[in-house]
Amino acid sequence: MQYDVIIAGFGGQGVMLIGQLLSNAAMMQGSRTVWMPSYGPEMRGGTANCTIIVSDEEIGSPVVPHPHAVIAMNRPSLDKFEPLLQPGGLLIINASLIDRKAARDDVDVIYVDANRLAEAEIGSAKSANMIMLGAYIGRTGAATPEIVKSAIAKKMVGKEKFLPANEAAIDLGMKIAAEQA
Amino acid sequence: MSAEEKIVFSYPTGLTTKNTHYCPGCLHGVAHRLVAETIDELGIREKTVGMAPVGCSVLAYEYFGCDMVQASHGRAPAVATGVKRARPDLYVFSYQGDGDLASIGLAEIIHAANRGEKITVIFYNNAIYGMTGGQMAPTTLVGMKTTTTPTGRDPGERGAGNPIRMAELLATLFTPVYITRQSLLTPQDILKAKRAIKRAFQLQNTGFTFVELVGTCPTGWGMTPSESNDWAGEKMVPVFPIGVFRDTEKGI
Amino acid sequence: MEKLLMKGSEAIAEAAVRAGCKLFFGYPITPQNEIPEYMSKRLFQVGGAFVQAESEVAASNMIYGSAAVGERVMTSSSSPGMALKQEAISYCAGAELPVVIVNIMRGGPGLGGIQPSQSDYWQATKPGHGDFHSLVLAPASIQEAVDLVMDAFDLADQYRNPVLILADGLIGQMMEPVTFRQPTERVFDKSWAVTGCVDRKPNIVNSLFLQPQDLEDHNHKLFRKYAQMEREEVRVEEYLMDDAELAIAAYGTTARIARTAVDAARTEGIKVGLIRPITLFPFPKAAFERYVGQVKVLLDVEMSMGQMIEDVRLAVHDRIPVRFYGRVGGMVPSPGEILDQIRTLAQEVSQ
Repeated sequence: MQYDVIIAGFGGQGVMLIGQLLSNAAMMQGSRTVWMPSYGPEMRGGTANCTIIVSDEEIGSPVVPHPHAVIAMNRPSLDKFEPLLQPGGLLIINASLIDRKAARDDVDVIYVDANRLAEAEIGSAKSANMIMLGAYIGRTGAATPEIVKSAIAKKMVGKEKFLPANEAAIDLGMKIAAEQA
Repeated sequence: MSAEEKIVFSYPTGLTTKNTHYCPGCLHGVAHRLVAETIDELGIREKTVGMAPVGCSVLAYEYFGCDMVQASHGRAPAVATGVKRARPDLYVFSYQGDGDLASIGLAEIIHAANRGEKITVIFYNNAIYGMTGGQMAPTTLVGMKTTTTPTGRDPGERGAGNPIRMAELLATLFTPVYITRQSLLTPQDILKAKRAIKRAFQLQNTGFTFVELVGTCPTGWGMTPSESNDWAGEKMVPVFPIGVFRDTEKGI
Repeated sequence: MEKLLMKGSEAIAEAAVRAGCKLFFGYPITPQNEIPEYMSKRLFQVGGAFVQAESEVAASNMIYGSAAVGERVMTSSSSPGMALKQEAISYCAGAELPVVIVNIMRGGPGLGGIQPSQSDYWQATKPGHGDFHSLVLAPASIQEAVDLVMDAFDLADQYRNPVLILADGLIGQMMEPVTFRQPTERVFDKSWAVTGCVDRKPNIVNSLFLQPQDLEDHNHKLFRKYAQMEREEVRVEEYLMDDAELAIAAYGTTARIARTAVDAARTEGIKVGLIRPITLFPFPKAAFERYVGQVKVLLDVEMSMGQMIEDVRLAVHDRIPVRFYGRVGGMVPSPGEILDQIRTLAQEVSQ
């Protein structure tokens, strides 16, 4: 079984971070995993994206031209990656910042009002990315929430006071994914 | 040895006994000897590593009696950096000519000086490329004929530039602790140059130290050795004035 | 052993430190900046030193200096920067100094681009001025990069020769779980090093031989080492080659992508395998030659216009036709593109 996902957004939205958390969680649960970033000038304030693969078997190509899932944190990312999604794939759209619906009708779509919910329910707009990650693992099961939360804890040594908010954001994302099933 | 006999002169152990390939009247041999005497007097031969350059003194690794590394053209200060950073307990010096140091190796010398590498650089300036056959050096005087400035170095129409004064240039940096220019043209000059070289080695472990030596190239200049010494005194020294440009310990 | 999720560049740097690398000299260039950045923190923790050099030329001459005193030392760069390091690499080979150099390749020629590429195969395996070789190791995963870097320091010391890690930008930038094994602790004779001539004659580190006979003898000495490398150090991975009628030749990340394509082709019943050189010098000639008579067509796949293909062709001496598929400029071939190539060749072979 192989899960692959492209996570994309503006620099500063934390797309690289949730990608690394997912990859770390995969490693901690004993899966094979690759995290691959876009790099170069596009990282300087422009859009950023990363590809994460989680698999039971040795991972061949780290390049995934047609992913099983796309997490789009902003409009340019949706425009760029929606067409590449595999038929039957999963598209998670940050509805707070993206003013259009999915154009594809052959994919599974979750709309997450991530920025607004992060502020209203978690108390920090910075948690929008964690809500999106929660929605992804909730729908795919690529990693369990427990392992994702321990990956977060590992990453936040010394900043434990932010841990409850991040855990709540993961739970909220999972809830949204379940509601839209 | 009888009671009346007294050794007044001997071969420094800082030099090997190999005959040098330098031309008659060339002052590289004098410069080598001053470095070797310094190494002997400080008792550091067994903890000194020298860098030989590319140029007339390329074979310096055969002449100095300590461990030696042959460096590529101009890179001796970079190689010396690698040696000293790996072994800060060693005394490290580079011995370089004007083409090596002031032309192709300009970046390496400036940055080694600016980082404050704890090395001593001995810079032999005779205003010409000797080994390759007398071409223009960055220190060649204006009007001086060389095989690549056949009508004389012309900073004007021919765009050949002016002589670069390395001691002054390096003295614009904040980091170096000792920068001086001496000459090797008279016995008095040689004694002063010796004191400068010794001071550079003594200060080496406090920072970057640099001794420029005004020397000659009778073959490249087409002069006899004594004409060369006179010419260097008359023509080079006014452009390359003798002096101490930095001695932080003495507030200079 | 603890598994860590690490970026390739940082894992390479950490592996070097664990292998006993005490000194690093580098110059910024994308996409390998994480290596000097990591070293600038890490080496001071282990009593080593880091210098950001004024240029790649200077950095590579600094490693020449540190290697001359017998310390383990590394530098890294990317393609245009590697061109500038060629001078010192040749001097290291000539003076028989053990150094480790990492090249995280980007596209060229000229300033080229900064995206993944394999366009330095020639520069790596047919390097600088003079008759010499670096030993060239090409990892296809972060774990393999880590293992090869640790081996590289031993190989450099054993052969007193430059060892090059040749990786593309993907290996440098991506993250994978890695574990670090213990270093081998092999002890190498370094009596040649310039450490101060206490109780011995002065040592000289040098690559100048003005007498033609001396230089010829020196070249023969170096080539005896390269011959020994060809006998003892060849590394290659073969995948599904037992019954293969088609074979792909690819190294580094391209080989991983090709592996995915091979798996897909196998599900379609196409008998295809993969030969992945891990050492690019010494090149695994025998691994290709062995399949003369079995494999009907070889497909060489690279992120270049076709550089390794020359060595593949030399290995099989026209006894197997060698085709080529390459992407350049930072374009990375997809498994689907390679699968299409395999299908076309399979049809051709069956006709």
